[in-house]
Amino acid sequence: MKYTVMINEGPYQHQSSDTALQFVRAALEKGHEIFRVFFYHDGVNNGTRLSVPPADDRLLQKEWSELGIKHGLDLVICIAAAQRRGLMDESEAKRQGLDADNIIEGFRISGLGQLIEGGIQSDRTIVFGD
Amino acid sequence: MAMLHIVNKSPFEKVTFDSCLGHASAGDSILMIEDAAVGAIDGTAFADKLKAAMADKSIYVLAGDLTARGLSEDRIIDGIKTVDYAGFVDLTADNETTQSWL
Repeated sequence: MKYTVMINEGPYQHQSSDTALQFVRAALEKGHEIFRVFFYHDGVNNGTRLSVPPADDRLLQKEWSELGIKHGLDLVICIAAAQRRGLMDESEAKRQGLDADNIIEGFRISGLGQLIEGGIQSDRTIVFGD
Repeated sequence: MAMLHIVNKSPFEKVTFDSCLGHASAGDSILMIEDAAVGAIDGTAFADKLKAAMADKSIYVLAGDLTARGLSEDRIIDGIKTVDYAGFVDLTADNETTQSWL
């Protein structure tokens, strides 16, 4: 079965990004296809590569990135939500005249249309958030 | 068309669980995850509402979120089924639609 997963919560807000990560892992293990994971609202904070939590703390951003690369997942960050929160890829930083980007490997920035397309193309759309 | 309702808020803190019970139809399934897991405990002010819903709906709780809150499975209401993440995935596949009560 084909899934789109939407995540509306950041890694240090509550539990939903953890739940979504475990859900996606379980779905992949069962042989389902993850068509897209769409990060919206504070969920875009799952896509920064500049988080440095204490050594004994989980680093969800890295876990999403590694899972995405391993399984070739389409991890999409909403551009409007990302701009508000200072999350940039190289081309967007350049376009805005900023001196740095911070998106983690395996993620890409795009628009809300990607969520709608995910809903149309997938058998199931599951929403995680606070 | 059966729907899976996913609730993630404690019924003692937010009204989303109550809203879910008010909207869910006969034959639907309700899965408690995250803070909603505390709603599965028997003998609380919320337990009777959930027991009434169990007359025509299937109720599940994510086992990991129950134990993460120091609650053992022998304290949950009789008839509530525990699932792991694989069981969570199965519920989303078995029901045609899913509603997250955020």
